[in-house]
Amino acid sequence: MNGHANGHANGRSALSLVPKTDAEQTLKDFKTDQEVRWCPGCGDYAILAAVQSFLPELGLKRENITFVSGIGCSSRFPYYMNTYGFHSIHGRAPAIATGLATSRPDLSVWVVTGDGDALSIGGNHLIHALRRNVNLKILLFNNRIYGLTKGQYSPTSETGKITKSTPMGSLDAPFNPISLAVGAEGTFVARTIDSDRKHLQSVLRAAAEHRGTALVEIYQNCNIFNDGAFDPLKDAAVRDDITIRLEHGRPIVFGREGEKAVVRGAGGGLEVVPTASVDASRIVVHDAANPDPSAAFALSRLDSPAFEHTPIGIFRDVDRPSYDELMRAQVEEAAERQGPGDLAALIAGGDTWRID
Amino acid sequence: MTKQVQQLDRVIIRFAGDSGDGMQLTGDRFTQETAAFGNDLSTLPNFPAEIRAPAGTLPGVSSFQLHFADHDILTPGDAPNVLVAMNPAALKANIGDLPRGGDLIVNTDEFTRRNLAKVGYATNPVEDETLAGYRVHALPLTSMTVTALADFDLSKKDAERAKNMFALGLLSWLYHRPTEGTLAFLERKFAAKPEIMKANIAAFQAGWSFGETTEAFSVQYEIKPAEHEAGLYRNITGNTALAYGLVAAGVRSGLPVYLGSYPITPASDILHELSKHKRFGVRTFQAEDEIAAVGAAIGASFGGSLGVTTTSGPGIALKSEAIGLAVATELPLVVIDVQRAGPSTGLPTKTEQADLLQAMHGRNGEAPVPVVAPRSPSDCFDAALEAARIAVKYRTPVIVLSDGYLANGSEPWKLPDTAGLPVIEPGFARAGDEEFQPFKRDPDTLARPWAVPGTPGLEHRIGGLEKADGSGNISYDGANHDLMTRLRQAKVDGIANDIAPLAVDDPSGEARVLIMGWGGTYGAISAAVRRVRKTGQHVAQAHLRHLNPFPANLEQVLRAYDRVIVPEINLGQLALLLRGRFLVDVIGYNRMRGLPFKAEELAGVIQDVIDSE
Repeated sequence: MNGHANGHANGRSALSLVPKTDAEQTLKDFKTDQEVRWCPGCGDYAILAAVQSFLPELGLKRENITFVSGIGCSSRFPYYMNTYGFHSIHGRAPAIATGLATSRPDLSVWVVTGDGDALSIGGNHLIHALRRNVNLKILLFNNRIYGLTKGQYSPTSETGKITKSTPMGSLDAPFNPISLAVGAEGTFVARTIDSDRKHLQSVLRAAAEHRGTALVEIYQNCNIFNDGAFDPLKDAAVRDDITIRLEHGRPIVFGREGEKAVVRGAGGGLEVVPTASVDASRIVVHDAANPDPSAAFALSRLDSPAFEHTPIGIFRDVDRPSYDELMRAQVEEAAERQGPGDLAALIAGGDTWRID
Repeated sequence: MTKQVQQLDRVIIRFAGDSGDGMQLTGDRFTQETAAFGNDLSTLPNFPAEIRAPAGTLPGVSSFQLHFADHDILTPGDAPNVLVAMNPAALKANIGDLPRGGDLIVNTDEFTRRNLAKVGYATNPVEDETLAGYRVHALPLTSMTVTALADFDLSKKDAERAKNMFALGLLSWLYHRPTEGTLAFLERKFAAKPEIMKANIAAFQAGWSFGETTEAFSVQYEIKPAEHEAGLYRNITGNTALAYGLVAAGVRSGLPVYLGSYPITPASDILHELSKHKRFGVRTFQAEDEIAAVGAAIGASFGGSLGVTTTSGPGIALKSEAIGLAVATELPLVVIDVQRAGPSTGLPTKTEQADLLQAMHGRNGEAPVPVVAPRSPSDCFDAALEAARIAVKYRTPVIVLSDGYLANGSEPWKLPDTAGLPVIEPGFARAGDEEFQPFKRDPDTLARPWAVPGTPGLEHRIGGLEKADGSGNISYDGANHDLMTRLRQAKVDGIANDIAPLAVDDPSGEARVLIMGWGGTYGAISAAVRRVRKTGQHVAQAHLRHLNPFPANLEQVLRAYDRVIVPEINLGQLALLLRGRFLVDVIGYNRMRGLPFKAEELAGVIQDVIDSE
C-alpha cells in the first residue's frame, strides 16, 4: 500500500497556505442574505446545506474561500455562499478558477458545476484542469439532465432518453464522469450523493485537503425534469444491496450482509461475485493511492445504467505536485537565480548604442 | 584593391530565399549591424505560414526588407534598391518589386534546370534577356561557401547551409556594416556546436573578403549615421515592445502580471517573451484554448493580478463571450490582438487592420470596451502601458490593436527613463464603516471597487447576470438594466476626458485636406505626407491612438478640413465609425494585400484629393 490516501504523508495539504481563523464559525456564517431560488425539492438545497455546515470544520478565514461557477442551476451556488464568489460563463469556471488559484496560493478555490457545464460545453477545461492538477475542488452536480434550459438530455443522460430535444430517444452514449476524470490524469476522484450528508461531507473533507485538483461527482436529483434518476441508491429497500461504499485499505464487499464481493475478472476489469464463492484473498482491496489509474478506472466501470451496483466514495487519491506550486516555484527560482527584475536593464536588452 | 566609395542617403535591401535558407536571420543580423552603426531603420519581414513549404517553390519564399538611412525614416520602404535572390523562386516572387536599374544579387548555384522548372522558368533568366535593365551580380554563393569551408569537418549539406552567412558577409562589406555584433551572435548561437560556429564565422568572413577582392563590385557604399536625439537606443520589434510594456505596467502598478495565452501567429512571440521574465513576478499560463486563456486572465484579475491575454483575430472571436464577462463584472483586463488578414484563418503571417469593428462591437449586448492602437513597433511599449492604465483605473477590459506588420517589424527605440513612466494605482478596496457595495461607483471615473478575495469584510459575489446598481445583487429589473447599461457606456465614454486630445500636424495651417489613420499605418501615411509637402502642397495629418472612446476634440478636428482621407487596411471600418458618429463624409482608401501601404501610393491618393478640391 502506498500510503497517503486521505493521509497526506508528506504534510503538504492544499490548505497549508490558506490563513486560518480562531473565531468560532457556524453554518450561519456561510449563508448570504440572498433568497435561494432553486425549485422546491431540488437536490441542490441538500448540497448547499452540507457545504455550509461542513466549511466551519476547516477553520479557514471566510474571506480566503472563493466559489467559482459556470452556468446552469448548480452554478447559482456562489450567490448563496457568504464567501467571495464568481458566477461566470458556461463551461469556463475551471479556466477562471485556474487563473485565480495559480495566482493566489492563500485561497481555497471551489468550482461548482453541473453535468452540462462541466462535461459538454466546458469539457475541455475540465480535463485540462485535471491533468495539470491545479489546486481546485470541483463539485460536479450530476442530475443527468439540462435543468435551466428546461429538460434536454445531457452528456450523462442514458442512451435512449426521451426529452424535449429527443422525442424518439437520445442517440448519445453517456460519459461516466469518474472514468473521464481518471482518464484525464485526475489525482483525486470521488463520487457521493446529495441525500447522504454524512458521506457527502466526508468526501468534501478529503477533497478540501487534497493537493491539486479534486473532482467530486455528486449525484443530484432534479425533481422537475429528471425526478428519481438515482432512486435505487436512495431507496432504503434496495440501496444497501447495490451501493459499493469504497473505503481505502478495505476489501471491496457490499450488500446487506456483505454477500457480494469485487474480484478481478478474466477480461482485465473487475466483476461482482458472491462473497462466499471466492477465497477472501481474491477480493480486491481498495487502494485509492494506487499510482496506476487503471485500478480506479476499473472500479468506475462497475456502474451500469440499471444500477446493479454503483461504487461511491473516493476512487482515487494520489499525491502529485499541484500546478500552482510548480508555477510558484518557477517564479521564485527565477527571482533567486537572476535576482529581482530591473526594468531599465530589461528594456535595454543586449544590443544598445548611445547617441550623444 | 581599393574600391570607390559612394555616399548614399538611404538604401532598401530585400533578402529573399527559401523558407529554409535563413533569410529572416540574415535580415535580422543585418538590421542589428545597421542599428549599431547608427542609421535610422525600419524592417518588414514577410514569410509564409508554412514552416517549411516544399523547397524551391513560390509558396516557400521568405523575405526580409530593410530600409536604412542617414535621416529619420518612417517605413520599410516601398520598393527595394537591392534584391538578394537565393533561388529562382525568390527571384520570381520578388523581381516585380525591383525597379529597373536596381541591384540584383542572385545565387546562380540554385538556378538549376529542376529549380527553374519548379517555378515555371523555361530558360534561365540569368542567362537570357529577362534581367536586362537590372544591375545583375550573378554569383555562385553556395559553391563559394562550400569552397571556403573545405577545411572544416562538415557534411556538404551543413557547409551549404552557411551560404546565408556568406551573403550577409558580402552585404556587410558592401554597405560598410560593423561585424562585431554578428560574430558575437554566432558565437552565442552555436556555442554548443563549435564546428558549426566556426564554419558560419568563416563563411561570413569569406563573404566579406569576396566583396573586397572581387571585380563584380566596383563600388562600396556608405550611409552615414542618422541624426538622432541624444540617448540610449536599441532596435525593437512590436511584439517585444508589447511584452516589455506589460512588464513595465506590472512594475509601475505593483501588480503581478498574469498572462493567459494560447499560441497563435503572429502573437505567440509575446507569450515567449513574457515567459522569460518570471523574475518580475510575471506568470505565464499557456492554456488549452483561447477561451481558457482569457478565462484564466479574468480569474487572475479577480484575484488582484493584472490579467492579460494575447492573441490574433480568430482568438478574439473565441474570447468574445469572456470579454463580455469582464465588461459585466467590471474587472481590469488587457486583451492584445495582433491583427492578421482574415476572415477565418485568412493569411496568418500577413498584416491587416480588419479587427477594429470586432474590437468595438464583437460581443453580445451593449458591451463597450476601450480600444487602443500602437502606431509603430516601439510605440507598442507605450500602448501596452496605456491599456493597462485604463484597465486598472476604470476596471474594464481594454483591447490593444497591434498588427502583423508592427509585431515583426522593427525600428530603433530611444529607451525611456523607466522612473518617469506613469504610475498605475490599483486602489484596492478596503473594508470601511459602511456596508460594502461592490457596484457603488467612483463619482469621477464611474469605476466600481476592486475588492479582491482575502480582504476581510468585503466578501461578495460577481457574475455575468445583471447586477443591481450599488449592491451588486442579481437584478432582473428593467429600469435597473437600462441604468446599468448606460452607466457602463458612460464609464467608457468618460475616458475621453482622461486621454490626450488628438494632435494635428498641419505646419502651414493652410491645409484643406486632412489624412487620418490609426494603428500601424502611421509610418506610411507620414511618409506620404512628407512627399506631398515636398512638392509645396499642404496636407494635414492626424493619427488616432484611442479608437474607443475617441479623443474629445475629434469632431472639431474632422470639421476643420474640407476633405478627410481615411486610409485603412480594411474595407473602411474607421470610416464607418466616423461617419456614423459625426456624419462626416470621409474618403476611404482601402487595400487588403497583407502588406503595409506604400508611401508612394498614399501620396498619390492625397494628391488626387487635393487636385479634386
